[in-house]
Amino acid sequence: MLQESEILAIEHELTLVPHKSAAVIEALKIVQQHRGWVSDEAVAAIATHLDMSPAAVDSIATFYNLIFRKPVGRHVILLCDSISCYVMGYKTLYAALQKQLNIRFGETTPDQRFTLLPNACLGCCDHAPALMIDANLHTDVTVEQLETLLEKYV
Amino acid sequence: MERPLTINIHPGQPPLNLKEYESVGGYAAVRKAVTNLTPQEVQQLVQESNLKGRGGAGFNTGFKWSFVPMGPDAPTTKYLIANADEMEPGTFKDRLLLEGNPHQLIEGMIIAAYAIQANIAYVFLRWAYKKAAELITKGIQEAYAKGYLGKNILGSPFSLDMYLHTGVGRYMCGEETALLNALEGKRATPRAKPPFPQVSGLFGKPTIVNNVETFCCVPHIINNGAAWFKSLSYSEDGGTKLYGVSGKVKRPGAWELPMGITMRELIEEHAGGMKNGYRLKGVLPGGASTDFLTDKHLDIKLDFKSVSAAGSRLGTGTMIVMDDATCPVGFVHNLQHFFAQESCGWCTPCREGLPWVEKILWSIENGNGREEDMELLQMHTRLLGPGNTFCALAPGAMEPLQSAIKYFGDDFLTHIKEKKCPYQ
Amino acid sequence: MPTIYIDNKPYEVKAGKNLLETCLTLGLDLPYFCWHPALGSVGACRQCAITLFKDKEDTQGRIVMSCMEPVKEGACISVSNATAKAFRGQVIEWLMTNHPHDCPVCDEGGCCHLQDMTVMTGHNYRRYQYKKRTYLNQYLGPLLNHEMNRCIQCYRCVRFYKDYAGGEDLNVFAAHHHVYFGREKDGILQSPFSGNLVEVCPTGVFTDKTLKQHYTRKWDLTAAPSVCQHCSLGCNTTAGERYGKIRSITNRYNGAVNGYFLCDRGRFGYEFVNDENRITQPLIRNRVPEAVDEQSLMDHLKLLLTQSRTLIGIGSSRASVESNFALRQLVGSENFYQGVSLDEAALGKLIASILQSGAVHTPSLKEMEQADAVLVLGEDIWNTAPIMALSVRQAVMNSAAANALQQTSIAGWHDAAVRELVQDNKGFLANAGLTASPLDDISTCTLHATPHDIAVMGFAIAHAIHPGLPEVPQLNNELAAKAAQIAKALQQAKRPLIISGPSCYNEAMIKAAFDIAGALNTGERKAMLSYVLPACNSMTLAMMQAPSFEKSIDRINDNTVVIILEQDLYRSIPPAKANAFFNRCKNLIVLDSLHNGTTEKAQVLIPAATMAEADGTLINNEGRAQRYYQVFVPTTGMVKESWKWFWQMRSLQTSSGNGLELHPNDWLTKLEKTLPQFNGISRVSYPPEFRIHGQAIPREPHRYSGRTAMLANLAVSEPKPLQDNDSPLSFTMEGYPNRPPASLIPFFWAPGWNSIQSVNKYQQETGGALSGGDPGIRLLEQKTGTPTAYFTDIPEALPAPRNKWLLLPAYHIFGSDELSAYSAAIRELCPEPYIGLSTQDTAELGITDGKNITLVAEGEEYTYPLKIQEHLCNGIVLLPAGLPGMPALTWGSWATIAPSLKNNAV
Ligand SMILES: Cc1cc2nc3c(=O)[nH]c(=O)nc-3n(C[C@H](O)[C@H](O)[C@H](O)COP(=O)(O)O)c2cc1C
Ligand code: SF4
Ligand code: FES
Repeated sequence: MLQESEILAIEHELTLVPHKSAAVIEALKIVQQHRGWVSDEAVAAIATHLDMSPAAVDSIATFYNLIFRKPVGRHVILLCDSISCYVMGYKTLYAALQKQLNIRFGETTPDQRFTLLPNACLGCCDHAPALMIDANLHTDVTVEQLETLLEKYV
Repeated sequence: MERPLTINIHPGQPPLNLKEYESVGGYAAVRKAVTNLTPQEVQQLVQESNLKGRGGAGFNTGFKWSFVPMGPDAPTTKYLIANADEMEPGTFKDRLLLEGNPHQLIEGMIIAAYAIQANIAYVFLRWAYKKAAELITKGIQEAYAKGYLGKNILGSPFSLDMYLHTGVGRYMCGEETALLNALEGKRATPRAKPPFPQVSGLFGKPTIVNNVETFCCVPHIINNGAAWFKSLSYSEDGGTKLYGVSGKVKRPGAWELPMGITMRELIEEHAGGMKNGYRLKGVLPGGASTDFLTDKHLDIKLDFKSVSAAGSRLGTGTMIVMDDATCPVGFVHNLQHFFAQESCGWCTPCREGLPWVEKILWSIENGNGREEDMELLQMHTRLLGPGNTFCALAPGAMEPLQSAIKYFGDDFLTHIKEKKCPYQ
Repeated sequence: MPTIYIDNKPYEVKAGKNLLETCLTLGLDLPYFCWHPALGSVGACRQCAITLFKDKEDTQGRIVMSCMEPVKEGACISVSNATAKAFRGQVIEWLMTNHPHDCPVCDEGGCCHLQDMTVMTGHNYRRYQYKKRTYLNQYLGPLLNHEMNRCIQCYRCVRFYKDYAGGEDLNVFAAHHHVYFGREKDGILQSPFSGNLVEVCPTGVFTDKTLKQHYTRKWDLTAAPSVCQHCSLGCNTTAGERYGKIRSITNRYNGAVNGYFLCDRGRFGYEFVNDENRITQPLIRNRVPEAVDEQSLMDHLKLLLTQSRTLIGIGSSRASVESNFALRQLVGSENFYQGVSLDEAALGKLIASILQSGAVHTPSLKEMEQADAVLVLGEDIWNTAPIMALSVRQAVMNSAAANALQQTSIAGWHDAAVRELVQDNKGFLANAGLTASPLDDISTCTLHATPHDIAVMGFAIAHAIHPGLPEVPQLNNELAAKAAQIAKALQQAKRPLIISGPSCYNEAMIKAAFDIAGALNTGERKAMLSYVLPACNSMTLAMMQAPSFEKSIDRINDNTVVIILEQDLYRSIPPAKANAFFNRCKNLIVLDSLHNGTTEKAQVLIPAATMAEADGTLINNEGRAQRYYQVFVPTTGMVKESWKWFWQMRSLQTSSGNGLELHPNDWLTKLEKTLPQFNGISRVSYPPEFRIHGQAIPREPHRYSGRTAMLANLAVSEPKPLQDNDSPLSFTMEGYPNRPPASLIPFFWAPGWNSIQSVNKYQQETGGALSGGDPGIRLLEQKTGTPTAYFTDIPEALPAPRNKWLLLPAYHIFGSDELSAYSAAIRELCPEPYIGLSTQDTAELGITDGKNITLVAEGEEYTYPLKIQEHLCNGIVLLPAGLPGMPALTWGSWATIAPSLKNNAV
């Protein structure tokens, strides 16, 4: 079931598109914003709301990188693994993160605090390596900074 | 040296709000276009200015607009879209414009919409640009409040609505037809051309998609004329260009410079040259999907034609410098990993070919390469070419690979012979 | 006609096509995957690459996808140059990087488009050295198997299932080389057209699960052209046999009828042929032993038939024209009835006479797809004529596309671009029915109403179109508004289509449908009128104008012999009535293939051949006569076509001949002479002595294996192949090796084309008619331009009796048809019996969903769980029609409803 606030937000998006299914990406984003990820139940609920089939909604949901169809931790770390960050040593950062959090790409810490994901170029190649935690961009990140950086996210 | 696009951008400070923007001449171009010029005249001006699309392909912008059906028989709904998906690895120029002066983009879009008589405009912004999202939202609100958007703009018969759409990841969304599908709430697979978006685009209606930087040039052309715009450039392509450099240079960054400055000037002067202890080995001049150039090419002019003549593409004009301590095989593997992951999965060569290439490179990098692998890589660079695949993603992916083999082939062979990466 | 140059040779080709279909039409072998003639082009697989040259001087050229390039005057292309060939080979190698090498254990092996294309491109050595991608498979229900590792991502499955057939539960998931085709979760595929995935999928991802139970390779099947027995549309099928069992039904392309597709009832409903309940020996009841040999049977029949008793024959709507006519000949025309209720017989007769009047055109399914406005008047075609529903869907989509394409230069085959232009737009469809139908989703105008209201709305539409027709008095506002809307849309159309049928047991509806079509049929406009009929050969009996067997009851006495042909009368009338009938029949002969209530009553039971063991002709709802051919000879020689038995009986009566002299064609010639309305029907097939270069047409592919070993457990010497005296087909692999005439194609095969995609080698042009014309002889052609008479007897609204409900059948694609329900897979999909009422009626009655309730109709009580029908109109009670084990009811009668006493016990 969708929550009141989700429905409200989706209804607003519906006013902007010529037919309902055109709002499905927005709806997925809205639900993910509220719940952190998009469960099978949420897919079904969105489908009902937009007169779509769950399969049609899931076809979209699974296409895009940043719709999470599995639960994620309270904070999602997106580590840029693209070329400028590669040149500037994102792999060292990754190794440090692995060590510190004891998880690899695609995994969540047992305390549900962090999920670690690779991400394509974050568009700040002049300040590589870079990573995003939730909505915050961190640039020119060094291994030394990592620990204090992560402390902010509980 | 004029730098119209960034003159009002001051990194570290918040961008101009609408009022401030107006006080430096902002929205004068909208007023001029909407009240003094016909849509055709705007198109004409832009075409004459020789503004070439800054999204990578370098197509004349005004000419692109001229394919949109106009007049009373044209569909009543037409769309204009700013491509702010910027996901090409190594590219970070649009972020600067989006975060530095959102009104400039909005103004350019209004004028472009007027030129093609579009009534709905979208900014298709990549998910990661959170700050830009905030600023554009605010900018659009301000423009509505001031009558630059909405019904009967500045009292003219022209009306335009503008929305911000943020993506949910996938490089493919930057390809203009895939972008249309994403905006329609579909899987971002590309569409076949023809029909071109100018005729059948978003929701089947005539649509223009241009890059952010492209739109940002437009107000200045309207204000100062086509001749002036052309005069900004050192080459036949009009205007200035936002160039960027990343990698192990002293001062990575982005700068607005006359179109056609040399690569040497860009890297050595603006980016400060290589960091101490590193030598320049190769450069991808315009993002991840352009061919390598080397230190031998430092003196070429960075415009569409000259870079092509040197065997690469200007692309986005943001270059990635590969230093001599970085393994070219690992470098190219990283790129191919990206492209393989970001293939939409629609056409066979790209979907199946890129992962194969990635696996070959990975095994070479790890000392498991075989001599036959070079032929396989070369076969892919030949057969994943333009026209063979459905869209330009895979051909783009092959550009750095083919040129890496050309320039750094010895590195590949050393890996294979020594059964390890000599850089590690 | 433009001229194009292929490898420097000029060809005159058709304009408006793409180069792939053009090359295929020219007979060139060009590989492809994502393109399908019914689905159009999307350019995804890149397999159909050719080289396109700028002009004759250009030697370089560039690679283009032939499926995405329009034919242009003077175009120079090469199919065979090295560049294009190398690229095509490479595309296969790419696909093969992940395709498992499991052909030996793959059900698709031997009829696999991917195998064919692999061989065609010459790719044979894999250079890929790494691990393959693997997927988890899904449970998709009893009909289809899922093996995703074999997927080559051509997207055809979703394009067929979703875009073409409107299914919602199959889709593509994820991206890059992880794309996955399946359902969101495991579960039964919901579309009744899902079986087509078996043929649409170019490899072994979706395969026939029922075939898997008794798997046989295509090359090991003995096959024959057949016609589907499970509804009145007469879709063409290929039936394949081995070891005396039907193994599979596949689509037999007929450009005018079913095209490339079948419904799941037709594809998977074949297993009655193999059923354990088959009647394989004659029985003479109350005699020991009951099962007798042929001689004893004949002796017994001789006694029965020659003692100048009156013979009464009851014809069957699921038996062939030949069998029905032979029975009619045996008993005499005045003694020939049909085994349906009085009402059903009257409705059939009405429909036949409307169509025979020749005042309106009754279209083929293909023509229906070209309709630009459709009205479905009261017939639940989704369930009673599924492929017609698929055609209506195409009409709705095609007309929307035609509209959208008007202002552009985009070609109709450019599927993705067309869909983009069309968006959510649909052509005009008005769907009027008792309750919700999946067709409602694509309808412009939907009406859920009583049969009476639907009929009067029909008359109102006719009046709106043709003011000369009587006005409907006191029409309510909703009906009036809808009538006006529909009339307007139909009038604006160039090719309007009206569909109706007898399944609401309402005569007025059928008449109204005619009036509308007739009124539309003026000047430029060519209206189409199509009626669905209850069974695969209802049209024959309706055209013979045979009365209901209920009319014969009074004529039956101890001295009459009643012969019932291939049917269970308990499916037509309620048990009490049927029992009363049987009580009068002291001498009852029944011919059938499976034991049922009626066969139990027979004194003499004679084994009849099913369609798989018989030659025969069926006439479908458009009046198209089509021949089906015996696939195999049953091991017991006692299973024979009913017409053969009848001729044998006849020779007993006349004491001449041995009953084997007549072939199906002879029956048809006789029929034409006896009943001129069947004129032309004898042309439906070739005479048994027809040969091509002296050769018969083999039912077995030339790679058929194991023939000498098949009976080796009985005798080592191979027996002489069986003779087929009734058709030009042979039971062996020897014979004419090339393409036979269209109506005699036992299986589709061409060199290099082992899959069903080889159909393109049999067509005049790709996606068009079969070479030599699509099979079937149409017996009902339009004769006049406009009707000379209309129906003007608009029924008055009769108030419903107090506390009574109108009892009507609910049809189910799986369940309502007798024979298909013998297939275990179909049975799994049949609903449980229920009683359906509207939400409001349920509320007023104070009963809850799922609880047992009792319906009383004509004194009989029926207790089943209640199923609330959200969209059903009030005052109607629906029961599923024809479910196995459910008694027949008097449809159209008034019933009362009470909460069941048994409720408390539940
Ligand atoms: C795979 C792919 C990704 C692309 N990504 C972008 C992008 O992020 N931003 C952009 O402006 N253009 C991108 N393009 C180019 C666009 O397709 C299109 O050419 C461009 O937006 C047109 O704008 P312009 O004429 O102003 O250059 C991409 C192209 C491809 C093939
Ligand atoms: S080249 Fe093909 S698979 Fe790749 S992104 Fe383009 S369309 Fe998709
Ligand atoms: S058949 Fe032409 S690209 Fe697939």
